Amino acid sequence: MNENITLKIDNREVSVPKGTTILEAARGMGIDIPTLCYMNLEGMCIKNAPASCRLCVVEVKGRRNLAPSCATRCENGMEVHTNTIRVLNARRTVMELILSDHPSDCLVCAKSGNCELQNAAIKLGIREIPFQGEQTEYRVDLSPSIRRDMSKCIYCRRCETMCNQVQTVGALGAANRGFGAVVMPAFDLDLKDTECTFCGQCVAVCPVGALTEIDHTNRLIRDLANPKKTVIVQTAPAVRAALGEEFGLEPGTSVTGKMVAALRQLGFAKVFDTDFAADLTIMEEGTELLGRLGAFLNGDKDVKLPIITSCCPGWVNFFEKQFPDLLDLPSSARSPQQMFGSIAKTYWAEKMGIPREDLVVVSVMPCIAKKFECERDEFKTNGDPDVNYSITTRELASLIKRTNINFMQLPDEDFDAPLGESTGAAVIFGASGGVMEAALRTAYELQTGKTLDNVNFENVRGMEGLKEATIDVNGVELKVAVAHTLGNARKLMEAIRAGQCHYHAIEVMACPGGCIGGGGQPLHHGNSELLKARTRALYTEDEGKHLRKSHENPYIISLYEEFLGKPMSEKAHHLLHTCYFNRGKEFIEQ
Amino acid sequence: MTQIKLSKCKIDQLVALCDEHGNQPGELINILHKAQELFGYLPREVQEVIARQLNIPVSKVYGVVTFYSFFSMTPKGEHPISVCMGTACYVRGAEKVLDEFKRLLNINVGETTPDGKFSLTSLRCVGACGLAPVVLIGEKVYGRVVPGDVEKILQEFQ
Repeated sequence: MNENITLKIDNREVSVPKGTTILEAARGMGIDIPTLCYMNLEGMCIKNAPASCRLCVVEVKGRRNLAPSCATRCENGMEVHTNTIRVLNARRTVMELILSDHPSDCLVCAKSGNCELQNAAIKLGIREIPFQGEQTEYRVDLSPSIRRDMSKCIYCRRCETMCNQVQTVGALGAANRGFGAVVMPAFDLDLKDTECTFCGQCVAVCPVGALTEIDHTNRLIRDLANPKKTVIVQTAPAVRAALGEEFGLEPGTSVTGKMVAALRQLGFAKVFDTDFAADLTIMEEGTELLGRLGAFLNGDKDVKLPIITSCCPGWVNFFEKQFPDLLDLPSSARSPQQMFGSIAKTYWAEKMGIPREDLVVVSVMPCIAKKFECERDEFKTNGDPDVNYSITTRELASLIKRTNINFMQLPDEDFDAPLGESTGAAVIFGASGGVMEAALRTAYELQTGKTLDNVNFENVRGMEGLKEATIDVNGVELKVAVAHTLGNARKLMEAIRAGQCHYHAIEVMACPGGCIGGGGQPLHHGNSELLKARTRALYTEDEGKHLRKSHENPYIISLYEEFLGKPMSEKAHHLLHTCYFNRGKEFIEQ
Repeated sequence: MTQIKLSKCKIDQLVALCDEHGNQPGELINILHKAQELFGYLPREVQEVIARQLNIPVSKVYGVVTFYSFFSMTPKGEHPISVCMGTACYVRGAEKVLDEFKRLLNINVGETTPDGKFSLTSLRCVGACGLAPVVLIGEKVYGRVVPGDVEKILQEFQ
């Protein structure tokens, strides 16, 4: 079956497996054919090659018209030329036509400098747009997380592939036809009124400025400059594994120390770590898991299993909208971001004597759904959000550059105490399987009273879409599963609905690879090697930590002693747990 | 967009229609055809019911409805008028005929008169090019129409 095809590209002979496209063969030889709509999600075996942009056309000897290389398979004896005058002229015309219906506001566009359309225009040496005519115009749709401006859309349909095939959310789809064709929600609704989970994977793959995050950087600068406000920050684990990429570092370079130093220079009063709250999450969620599992083993037939993680706000939106009949399965534990906010604005604020109204809690997240999570009413006290707002890894990088901080020359600094202390278990929260592994480390030791010989649960790590493991806890077989991307989560949820799932605990993260592939990270363009490198950075940091189990975090222990009592106490319930709402499509009847 | 609440009975009919087609996503276009016969048009609620029955995103249903000019999201008039703008009709003056309908009814293509009596659409070739330009009102075919005929044609339906 491994039949090979031999052909010539730019006069060089090459042999490729049957089924390879001209584009893949050429790129394998180091020939860089420009593309816009093409996207290959190798890790997920999903390809977006609608051949709609026509930028990748090449000349095939004997063929009358030019061939789109992304959608044309290699054939024996083919002679392909990727850079003839005919090809270059066609690409230029294609580009000029695309640009003739694209706003020329590059100077102030959020994507400027990181825009694939701009890069392609530079590469093709476009100096004028000779075609004048009608331009499509659409309203700008603002949601708590995403800014959608379809006037900038080039109709590559990558977002649609992410939303439908990878995430199975289906909020975005192609509508209308011809010049009026556009990718949008049904009935041109606002995203907030659709099934959209704000996972942000559409933003992560948009080549232009059509889909971007809601930018809070200017708001943050104003707050930092306000002498009446104490502004503190928390940083999610996945941020440190990717921020360096924005400053030219190799993917997978951990920049924890420099990131802390940069945040301090930006003027935050305290630089804390969401990882602290991740340890706290494990205490609450792990206790809840053991509680439900214990009840089940004692013959309680009504106990709700499997318990499902609830750290990921995209996932929470997904099950509230798509599986409202299963709302009693997810853990009631709030996400680490919200646990942090809650503790910072009670325990810490009281300790420091800072009035709630003067305290601004900001988070740096790899995620754009976190922006929506901050705005949820459940996480507000008298209208004041526990976390005032969240910025993405990309927004942080932009702020660092804007304020003339020389990131590469920064010394490594440590987080502030007490909300900056964390264990290795918290660091791996940023990767798919990490929350489950962290929970297992603690649940096992709390349940058995024994110390784990090996804290590494390799079975739940890696880029497999669905992972499972069975752990022997004092003679009881604990069955766990881990899913990343909402498409994989849907498979598990549908199995649960059909009564065909026998796991005790499930971890779900909405983005590919977990938070490290989040919608707020430096754009991953579907590159799974990049995601693997970021994952490695987190596991390496975990290995290097002195403490690797959440229940050993000394500041967590004292937080319970001084303030919360014990996990799942009444106070912990009030401050660290939440409830979920049926946000499924209500359907109008009379 | 006006929110129209569907009656329970009509929804039951629509659900039964989807069932007849095995609730297969591949039957979407056939179901939309039948649903448009049933309701006269395809309002949002109808599309949402179909999406739910077929277990597909409503954005997909909406995509198909907006792609094909045959499907309509606005209620058709009692007497739907279609002016053929296919090549043969077009070169023989269909545009002027269409303009005359627009002028006399005071509506644009895709709209319905406020009294609900007439709606106006243009379509591409009805296969009667020998009669070009062709106008369809309901099931009735008018051939070789010139702008001067339009007023008289409309009076037939008053």
